[in-house]
Amino acid sequence: MPIHTRRGHDGKTLIIRIEGRFDFSTHQAFRDAYEHGGTGIHSYVVDLSEATYLDSSALGMLLLLRDYAGGDNATIAIENCNSDVRKILTISNFEQLFTIR
Amino acid sequence: MDVPATESDADSAAANGPLKVLIADDSDSDRLILKTLLTRLGHHVLDAANGHEAVALFHSEQPDIVLLDALMPAMDGMEAAREIKRCAGERMVPLIFITSLSAAEDLARCLEAGGDGFLSKPYNRVMIEAKINAFNRMRLMHQTLSEQRDLMHERNRQLLEEQHMARRVFDNVAHTGCLDAPNIRYHASPLSIFSGDVLFASPRPAGGMLVFAGDFTGHGLPAAMGAMPLAETFYGMARKGFDGADIIREINQKLVHILPKNMFCCGVMVEADFELSQLKVWNGGLPDGWLVGSSAALFRLPSRHLPLGILNAGQFNAEMETIRTCPGDRLLLMTDGVLECSNESGELFGERGVRLAVEGLDTTGRHPFDALMSGIQRFTGSQKFGDDLTLCCVEMDYQEGFAALPAGAVPSILAGPAEWTCMYEVREHSLGEFNPLPLLLHICMEVPGLRRKSGEIYTLLSELYNNALEHGVLELPSEWKYTPEGFGRYYSERALRLSRVSDHYIRFSFHHEPMQWGGRLRVICEDSGQGFDFQNHPVLQSTEMEQIGPRYAGRGLMLLKQLAESIRFHEQGNRVEINYDWYF
Repeated sequence: MPIHTRRGHDGKTLIIRIEGRFDFSTHQAFRDAYEHGGTGIHSYVVDLSEATYLDSSALGMLLLLRDYAGGDNATIAIENCNSDVRKILTISNFEQLFTIR
Repeated sequence: MDVPATESDADSAAANGPLKVLIADDSDSDRLILKTLLTRLGHHVLDAANGHEAVALFHSEQPDIVLLDALMPAMDGMEAAREIKRCAGERMVPLIFITSLSAAEDLARCLEAGGDGFLSKPYNRVMIEAKINAFNRMRLMHQTLSEQRDLMHERNRQLLEEQHMARRVFDNVAHTGCLDAPNIRYHASPLSIFSGDVLFASPRPAGGMLVFAGDFTGHGLPAAMGAMPLAETFYGMARKGFDGADIIREINQKLVHILPKNMFCCGVMVEADFELSQLKVWNGGLPDGWLVGSSAALFRLPSRHLPLGILNAGQFNAEMETIRTCPGDRLLLMTDGVLECSNESGELFGERGVRLAVEGLDTTGRHPFDALMSGIQRFTGSQKFGDDLTLCCVEMDYQEGFAALPAGAVPSILAGPAEWTCMYEVREHSLGEFNPLPLLLHICMEVPGLRRKSGEIYTLLSELYNNALEHGVLELPSEWKYTPEGFGRYYSERALRLSRVSDHYIRFSFHHEPMQWGGRLRVICEDSGQGFDFQNHPVLQSTEMEQIGPRYAGRGLMLLKQLAESIRFHEQGNRVEINYDWYF
């Protein structure tokens, strides 16, 4: 499950793209991705277009990212989820915490 | 713990610690040469002239390495090799054949008999030393691995034992409820000793029950650590008469406090009221609950909230959905282990599986729990579950009605306050936010004679309070509740009016005094509402239960009449006085 990061066009958004299964095995890499994302980051995008699966520990990791990015003040969007992933995010009502599109 | 042997370690081990080497050769001169050579290398040598002797020496001396001549009288090398390997069992004893044979088939037979390698005659000192060192390295590595494996087994055994012990403590906390009630059926298959899933059920002091099903992130010990305070909170508060919303709010707050940021608990809280035929449900992150009607179609109870342990108290919404039920309706709750069961081709059972299993059940009369369980078993076949799996079915039909709470240890019915008075008034916005019943019940329970009657007292207090709140303060017409449409309207209007309530109060006055026969509790409940025409109320006029008209009318009043010694209305009906007697 490789994780790629890049800056958005505005230079202030960190885009984290996850490929394959987003589960506990991704833990360290995901953490590294946002902790070593560099300075001046104002918002985050988690791009799940290549993610096939997401489990509850991935939900936990998203919560960690949210906490890192400022908790209630965090700006995080989760993008391009497939229907399975979308379903899990919906059941957990994560749209209350993240922008899901 | 032993450090795994590296090459230099092993060589130095051979150099430092002499090996016990068993050699077997029927040629006296060859044997002598080999023995001299190995002794000079610093090893301790045992020698045998044939296979029999070799096997006997192996048994008695337990050598580290064996060098065997392939061809010997009495018992040849192959047979001896087989015997020695059998005897060595799990211990790795390198066995090297010394042979002048060179045909591939012969050499292959040596290996098949258990040999690990060859040395060819005539002896070459350098080769022998190198071979013995190489095989000794293997032997030491094997030994280290075996020791580490045994250590791991032992540690794991200890860990499991500790967990089993902890599990007993956990079970004592978690299984104090009424999961064995006749209207509950459940299945729980944990993935490890501690499940990440929890399932609790408790009777409520006023009748009805609370059920909570939850699924912690992960499983095993960390999940159980979170489940302990959850169980304590649930059972402790349920017993005191708190309602589902209060308990779920408290649980959330507790979990926010104790769980790490990336851990949470998906959960469903169900408050079942069999008297009123209604369910209140809060679903945060668990799969849809299903209400399987005895007559009507399926009703879904989807997750509308974030899981527990994420939002702080200010953001958390504990509002429960109210659903009207019919006797015999069955509510199915499940954790996502049910949806994530997979079959041999890796497909998931999913919501579709659940729907297929429970659809159309009302016509067959089959129990939805059985239908779903067998649906899962048929689907998964021989596959093992990959996650904790919990399934629970609550039936809206409970003969016991007012389930008496376990009395607990009541030391004496004479101790405690016998004569006291107390007034408690809830005002303004607190009416919309606060439920005073657990507190009031708690005060009454200080009288041991009343403690045995906690169910009845709670019922009296809650009927008085709800009457005062819903009809007195909020002016909700109870007729609304008689039709399904009105039922929904009643509860949405109740929530709306509660959020706006101000300039109102509900006042409770208690007086308890000892009597010859036990004691008497007088409760006066006043509210700031308009009151009602109690002079012409059918329930209050009638002496016979059968004369009550519509099925749902005045149910609360009827309960009060049944439970209390006397009931009187004052002023314009917004001041109710009841006397409740208890006996030694």
